[in-house]
Amino acid sequence: MNQPPRLSHHLVPAGLLALAAALLFTSIFLPYWRLTLLAPQYPRGLSVQTYVNRIEGDVQEIDGLNHYIGMRPLEQAAQLERAVSVYAITALALIVVAAIFVNVRWSWLLTLPTLLLPAVFLLDLYLWLRHFGLHLDPTAPLSSSVKPFVPAVLGRSKIAQFETVAAVDSGFYLALVAAALVLVALLLYRLVYRRRWVTPCAATRRA
Amino acid sequence: MTHPPRPLHDQQDAASPTPPKVVILFVTLLLSLFPLAAAQAPAGAGLSGEAASVAEARGLATEDVLAALKTYVPSGQLDDYVMFSSGGQSGQVLVTGLPSMRLLKVIGVFTPEPWQGWGYSSGSKEILAAGSGDGVQLTWGDTHHPAISETAGDYDGQFLFVNDKANARVAVIDLRDFETKQIVKNPVANNDHGGAYVTPDTEWVIEGAQYSVPLGGDYASIDEYTEKYRGMVTFWKFDREAGRIDPAASFALELPPYWQDIADAGKLSSDGWVFLNSINTENATGGIEMGHAPFELGASQNEFDYLHIVNLEKAAGLVASGRAETINGFQVLPLEVAAAEGVLFFAPEPKSPHGVDVTPDGNFIAVAGKLSPYVTIYSFAKIQEAIAKGTTETDAYGVPVLAFDDVVEAQVEVGLGPLHTQFDDKGYGYTSLFLESAVTRWSLTDPAGGEAPWSLVAKQPVNYNPGHIATAEGDTVSPDGNYLVALNKWSVDRFVNVGPLLPQNLQLIDISQPGETMPGLYDMPIGVAEPHYAQIIKADKLNAWEVYPETGWDSRIQAVDPNAAMPGEERVERDGDSVHVWMTAARSRFNPERIEIKKGDRVTLHVTNIERARDAIHGFAIPDYNINVSLEPGEAETIEFTADREGVFTYYCSEFCSALHLEMAGYLMVSPN
Repeated sequence: MNQPPRLSHHLVPAGLLALAAALLFTSIFLPYWRLTLLAPQYPRGLSVQTYVNRIEGDVQEIDGLNHYIGMRPLEQAAQLERAVSVYAITALALIVVAAIFVNVRWSWLLTLPTLLLPAVFLLDLYLWLRHFGLHLDPTAPLSSSVKPFVPAVLGRSKIAQFETVAAVDSGFYLALVAAALVLVALLLYRLVYRRRWVTPCAATRRA
Repeated sequence: MTHPPRPLHDQQDAASPTPPKVVILFVTLLLSLFPLAAAQAPAGAGLSGEAASVAEARGLATEDVLAALKTYVPSGQLDDYVMFSSGGQSGQVLVTGLPSMRLLKVIGVFTPEPWQGWGYSSGSKEILAAGSGDGVQLTWGDTHHPAISETAGDYDGQFLFVNDKANARVAVIDLRDFETKQIVKNPVANNDHGGAYVTPDTEWVIEGAQYSVPLGGDYASIDEYTEKYRGMVTFWKFDREAGRIDPAASFALELPPYWQDIADAGKLSSDGWVFLNSINTENATGGIEMGHAPFELGASQNEFDYLHIVNLEKAAGLVASGRAETINGFQVLPLEVAAAEGVLFFAPEPKSPHGVDVTPDGNFIAVAGKLSPYVTIYSFAKIQEAIAKGTTETDAYGVPVLAFDDVVEAQVEVGLGPLHTQFDDKGYGYTSLFLESAVTRWSLTDPAGGEAPWSLVAKQPVNYNPGHIATAEGDTVSPDGNYLVALNKWSVDRFVNVGPLLPQNLQLIDISQPGETMPGLYDMPIGVAEPHYAQIIKADKLNAWEVYPETGWDSRIQAVDPNAAMPGEERVERDGDSVHVWMTAARSRFNPERIEIKKGDRVTLHVTNIERARDAIHGFAIPDYNINVSLEPGEAETIEFTADREGVFTYYCSEFCSALHLEMAGYLMVSPN
């Protein structure tokens, strides 16, 4: 009962945390969300890929189409989020690494932002889509045919002649896996230290 | 006299050698009537259900259904081949997909073409003006022979050249955007027929003159025809990097006034040599109104004319070493130099021949007899032996004449009026018969059907009077076979009567099977002009842009125009009475939408289509000022005009672009001075 935990016991969760940090950092370079628009005159479809700091793809064409229904240019969305996201996510990754070494009882809280990141991303996306969709310029040419709407964050929906398909993309999946790894690491610590939420350094020192 | 309903699909036996002509005619008639009953019987045979009933209701025989199956390309699927044909008197080039025979595009070349804005923008006006003569704005051309650029003797799909027979011009079309980039006017020829043909790596574009004129273009009495009049073949140096012909590095070769005709470049074993036919070694000068023999008689007296054999490499070397004279600012290698230095040789050829075509291996030259029923096959190896052996015989201009028997490999009797030859991948040559309205297949040395070398294999009637024929990549070092298109001069009864000016009939023929079978597949009416020659390239060799690479693209220089209107920088600037407008176009607006100027202002419009979506094309038109340009995605055009009429003019988008296309307009307000 008073046996100090073996080094190998906390190497595994520490490794998982490090891996989670690496995945999180990598996700910066990958798209989090993808929207594809399908219509007869665009046989290859139009698509935009949303990264944490930028939007790529057929932005010009989609903005061009959106101006008919009075939707603001995509570039105007989530400007603050996109400006700080690279630093913020890098910081999150570093904090997760730090959590391996921080030795206070509540140090598990350091991993909390990473656990919540996927949900926060989707929520923010939803709020922006909702804001853009509900605030169409009432003087736009097609304002009488296309009424304000809330675009779907995930899955299919229909806007004018376009069928839209929204899905999370590789960057989001990495963030999701990172969160899962953090969760597993915390559970492992919990097993090793008998229901006591401590990080390995603290445990070693105590031993 | 009734025509059999589907003679194109009727198979005839290959004509056996030379029964008297009347018998041929009679037998041909009988043969063409006979299969009528047989072919008609099994309407829709082999089909079942709805397909069979449709075939029966439409009166389609089995071979019709087969032809339809071989040519129908469903919506959304693409053709396997692209055919570039000349546009004849339209002065343009036609682009057609095969096997569907759907017209894909008409490229504006020598004639203003409003849809493309060709001849309305500053850039295209400049190109057209460069090809015009002194003080004469030419507004048409007679395009004859398109030539796709080649690498190692095979089509590379990068450039297309085409000649204007009427005015001795050659145009360069860039196949990245299917637009004409250059027109050069020949300074030493009055007209051309022996072009455009390219050498295997497109270093040279060949342009042979047709009707002889006094050397240098000055007046000379027709009585001095043999002394002062001269034939000419021009070798235009092509700078592939620049995508332009370089006139300064080009030269012409002075020839006797024999009315040189079609030409072809050697390839592989005969690379570096060029061959031309001639049709008037009689030096006939016409004068029917004075009781002389008309040209058609006078030029048809000799049993033999001269195949012109040109050592192009040597000619270019002599020009480089300063042996050329300068005439009208253009380098011309004199006839006596060419004759003395082994640049030019003649070989007799029967009789006022038309096409000269080098076989895919480069070993043989097929000369189609026109007034002789033979295709005469010259061996390049034998020509070289004869040249090495030397000859004492010359023509009146001192050009060495090789002996017919020394250089001829074989003669294939194909029928009446042989004009042009193409090749396939199965060891066959194909020659059109103008008089017999047929296309013949004959064997080279090792045909896939196992026939004897140099023998007639099949004869397929066409409708009617074929000139050129084109097989898929059929003049390259590796022809594809598969398809042949006969460019028929007469259509007579093939299409609904549209009045006394009839469409041409481009007929697609299936040549995929060796032996005697060459069924006709499709009749394509050409109702814009008379195409002459065509070349057919595998569609996947073409690599055209979907939109211009960057916004603000000047298609004339294929680079971004530093002066292009860019989004956010739209403006009107005045400097004295010169007004510059930077305007962008995007669905569904021009910016600016109002331009206020004064009468007499010199206006320069820089208009850019800032769209990036494929097919998001706009037009820009100002009525009353004769302005219409096409703006493809990314393209920047410059339009210049003098506001010489006061009033209010609307400008508008002339290409239906969007639901709010009609709203894409603006006002040009020209106030009194």
